[in-house]
Amino acid sequence: MNLTLRVWRQSGPSDAGRMVTYKVEDVSPDMSFLEMLDVLNERLIVEGDDPIAFDHDCREGICGMCGMVINGVAHGEQRATTTCQLHMRHFEDGAEITIEPWRAAPFPVVKDLVVDRSAFDRIIQAGGFVSVPAGSAPDAHSVPVRKEDADAAFDAATCIGCGACVAACPNGSASLFTAAKITHLSLLPQGQPERLSRAKAMVDQMDSEGFGGCTNTGECTAVCPKGIPLDTIAQMNSDYLKANAK
Amino acid sequence: MTATIERGSATAPVNTPAAKKTPTRKKPGGFLTSSNGKKVVMAVTGAVMVGFLVLHMLGNLKIFFGRDSFNDYAHALRTLLEPIAPYRSVLTILEIGLVLAVVLHMWAAISLSYRAGKARPVKYVAKKSQANGYTTHIMRWGGLTIVFFVIWHLLDLTFGVVNPKGFDSAPADRMIAGFDPSRWWVTLLYLVAVVMVGLHLRHGIWSAFQTLGWANRDRNKVLRATAGLISIVLVVGFLAPPLAITFGVVK
Amino acid sequence: MKFTEGPEIRDTKAPEGPVEERWEKRKFGAKLVNPANKRKLNVIVIGTGLAGGSAAATLGELGYNVKSFCYQDTPRRAHSIAAQGGINAAKNYRGDGDSIYRLFYDTVKGGDFRARESNVYRLAQVSVNIIDQAVAQGVPFAREYGGLLDTRSFGGAQVSRTFYARGQTGQQLLLGAYQALERQIAAGTVQMHTRHEMLDLIVADGRARGVIVRDMVTGEIERHLADAVVLASGGYGNVFFLSTNAKGCNTTAIWRAHERGAYFANPCYTQIHPTCIPVSGEYQSKLTLMSESLRNDGRVWVPLRKNDERAPGDIPEEERDYYLERIYPSFGNLVPRDIASRAAKNVCDEGRGVGPGGLGVYLDFRDAINRLGRDAVEKKYGNLFEMYERITGENPYDVPMRIYPAVHYTMGGLWVDYDLQSTIPGLFVIGEANFSDHGANRLGASALMQGLADGYFVLPTTIGDYLAAGPFGDVDDEAVAQAEIRVRDKIDRLLAVNGTRTPDSFHRELGKLMWDYCGMERTEESLRKALERIPELRAEFWQNVKVSGTAEELNQVLEKAGRVADFFDLAELMCLDALVRSESCGGHFRAESQDADGEALRDDEHFAHVSAWEHGGEDGPVLHKETLEYEYVKMTQRSYK
Repeated sequence: MNLTLRVWRQSGPSDAGRMVTYKVEDVSPDMSFLEMLDVLNERLIVEGDDPIAFDHDCREGICGMCGMVINGVAHGEQRATTTCQLHMRHFEDGAEITIEPWRAAPFPVVKDLVVDRSAFDRIIQAGGFVSVPAGSAPDAHSVPVRKEDADAAFDAATCIGCGACVAACPNGSASLFTAAKITHLSLLPQGQPERLSRAKAMVDQMDSEGFGGCTNTGECTAVCPKGIPLDTIAQMNSDYLKANAK
Repeated sequence: MTATIERGSATAPVNTPAAKKTPTRKKPGGFLTSSNGKKVVMAVTGAVMVGFLVLHMLGNLKIFFGRDSFNDYAHALRTLLEPIAPYRSVLTILEIGLVLAVVLHMWAAISLSYRAGKARPVKYVAKKSQANGYTTHIMRWGGLTIVFFVIWHLLDLTFGVVNPKGFDSAPADRMIAGFDPSRWWVTLLYLVAVVMVGLHLRHGIWSAFQTLGWANRDRNKVLRATAGLISIVLVVGFLAPPLAITFGVVK
Repeated sequence: MKFTEGPEIRDTKAPEGPVEERWEKRKFGAKLVNPANKRKLNVIVIGTGLAGGSAAATLGELGYNVKSFCYQDTPRRAHSIAAQGGINAAKNYRGDGDSIYRLFYDTVKGGDFRARESNVYRLAQVSVNIIDQAVAQGVPFAREYGGLLDTRSFGGAQVSRTFYARGQTGQQLLLGAYQALERQIAAGTVQMHTRHEMLDLIVADGRARGVIVRDMVTGEIERHLADAVVLASGGYGNVFFLSTNAKGCNTTAIWRAHERGAYFANPCYTQIHPTCIPVSGEYQSKLTLMSESLRNDGRVWVPLRKNDERAPGDIPEEERDYYLERIYPSFGNLVPRDIASRAAKNVCDEGRGVGPGGLGVYLDFRDAINRLGRDAVEKKYGNLFEMYERITGENPYDVPMRIYPAVHYTMGGLWVDYDLQSTIPGLFVIGEANFSDHGANRLGASALMQGLADGYFVLPTTIGDYLAAGPFGDVDDEAVAQAEIRVRDKIDRLLAVNGTRTPDSFHRELGKLMWDYCGMERTEESLRKALERIPELRAEFWQNVKVSGTAEELNQVLEKAGRVADFFDLAELMCLDALVRSESCGGHFRAESQDADGEALRDDEHFAHVSAWEHGGEDGPVLHKETLEYEYVKMTQRSYK
């Protein structure tokens, strides 16, 4: 396969950035998207150019480090797939592919396709935990949990924190990310004592990071590699309302 | 050569907070300034407007029972609670409430939209919707379209400024004259606008359920269907009188 | 490669007495730090996986001043997150005869009698607390309808003691530790430094006193000082280039600590996982693991004929070789990891492998689908089949899967005593980065257990015994300056070469060499060849590597080059260790040491010891042996026939 890539290049936070076109030849359909970029980068290095910086680590769809907007879609058009798990067989020979970083004010570009997602960490810091120091826990069987609740909590807890939801949201909202954690802990008995204060603190932190508000468009859940459902946001809203009513 | 920076000595406490790493916890400015609070304002004011639309639609349907029935209804609205309350007082209060809802709804929408704009200062070169992508457009641009329509609508049928019968006519006369077959383009305009309203509601009503935290996995289907049903009923109910007039069923 | 043998080394921290009382005794014997003093004590933790994340959080909870470092953009991404299967714990919730003693026994035996009894017993004891802790944090383990925790059985055990959260147990446990860590960051007890890579250890007056790190965004070289340093930087499987590790996993932190004086134990012990998706081409950047559970219903086979080009469906039953069922009739497709891996390699070496390059064997679900129905198979393995199809583009319901072994875990690591302290006072090593608990082979679902045991429960106690004597005062400026100069020199040297080959191309070549000569099967000849080739390749690296860009920016090529340079040195030590250990044990298979059936043959008389390597200068590394004694579990040869 031969491809034309249009890639966002930005040497650092203060650089204005621009789209740059590259031709990549002899791409194997069995390559992953990132391997295709590896091949291009190997060439750029040898030619003395600056290779394209992008974040990646596990390359098996679970660490949440990779992420780019491919042809206008966060993580590319294949559903429930991270960029690292996307393979070139889903592209046509001769295709032109546009590659951009996550775009959001709270995710400033560090370099090329690398963005700073530490805002997510600060949302978790605001309350995305159960306060239980090591060694203080009661026996695991002392509190039974309904299987349905445990399963639903798990579904929310599978969020990998990649930020695709923010990238896809027309409002640049982090609601799905925040709601996934709130829902995960809200559904479990262990999360009850801090339930309302957690929701309030995390939503307020999300706001003060500069993320947009949710308008329930569902773009987030459509690109989410783990398919976090939209009703987690309803759960967050409900907890947030209750917290404010108190 | 790279620059060296030294971070703390071993004996002094190290946790002098590095400014960029500590949470930028802006003091939250209260419920109404939060994005969620504004969404709640939208949901509640939206609900007020849906209530108004339902009543409005029921009133419109009176036209099928004859001009008098419609005129009586219009009169009854103005004389609600008479003689305890003066002429048109209750209606005025309701109107003020409605206008307030509209203003708050628009305020919340505009400030959320402003917030969204700030959250994405650099736009994508390519962007492709993966969900029912029409919603954002239908909500923001649709909302704007509805505003213009409502202004026209008030000038036409409430104040009669652009109505052939003028302000001093009976409401039913204004309505029937307004949708006269010769003014087919008004009906067409009306049709487009009402469908816009319907689409706005289909997302808006469900969105309100979501915002108020009522949606969940089990209820979602029912809530979506409810939103769809209310929208369809309203669209049909609002379109029936003008179409009937334009096509000569109601004279 | 030259090496010399030094005096024996011994763990002096494990108390004497009955094995079940040793941890209690050690906890009581360890000095305590006055709560008011904890605030004055600084601890650096490198890495934020299960071990490092839980350790930093717990030390913060205890009141120490903690600085935590990771190379990723957030601590939640450490590669512990990718662990699928589960975590073992001797809870005996099933009443199926499990006990701390049985978990201890299984682990020692599974490790092929190359682990310390004291450490393993403690691991089994602490395992029960881990589950309690995780549940209290809100880790959504799988549950039964009665609301209690579900468990399943896993390789190498006859009881059901593996707790799991679908196929994402590592993720859920790591997020629990990450959340505890973020809580401490918010509380101000832990200062987090993401996108920072440790490049050297500061040793002053015989103590580990800090680290030199590089801010990977700005390129700034920073000095961070402390009273103790904890390494939790993971394993070194990426020395093979292709492995199931994350791309960023590297040996730099532990290797540079080794250069500063920490002994490296058993570097040759690597675990090869039998069920990975095979390599599809030269560009391949990493390998993906498929859960071992697939072997419960899939049948492994290759064509009888060599170089059989036919599609699998066209090969009739009588021309297929179900080799595991043939060679191991009683265990069949369920033989342990190392045996299944080696058997796959053998049939491929015979030229009967399938797929690109002949490096693969079939894992066929045809019979399972016929027997159980497609729906039942889908229910059990649907997500794995989907993952396979996503990567290979082939549908395993119609075409047999192709699998091949891949490097998965490294049991070797820095040598530590019972307190998890290395040979450098004040340098503690936890998780996969140390060598301690798995011996020559790790059982499934035990890596998560060890990481969390070290981080939540063991280290926070034992480090206090060391820190009780602190704070240790000002750090000698000279020692800090020297460490910094070494780091800057290395960076400058890498940038100065300006050759024609990328760091990745060297890494790929080194990995291939290691896989061929020091992989699943090692011989004296292959290892000698590797020991000859590695220095040549390293010399070429330092003459011909091309690092683009500068040191003062985000430069992923420079990061990579530094890591590859360390992999060369480590690879050499691995091969030397594999050469010296002329027995077969666990994940280390020496072709010269096998029984009549081709099974691994231990040599307990000569090799019942830990090989702890001291970094040497001109005379090469120095080998220190730690004799292993088994008071409780009798040494036997494994048999799975």
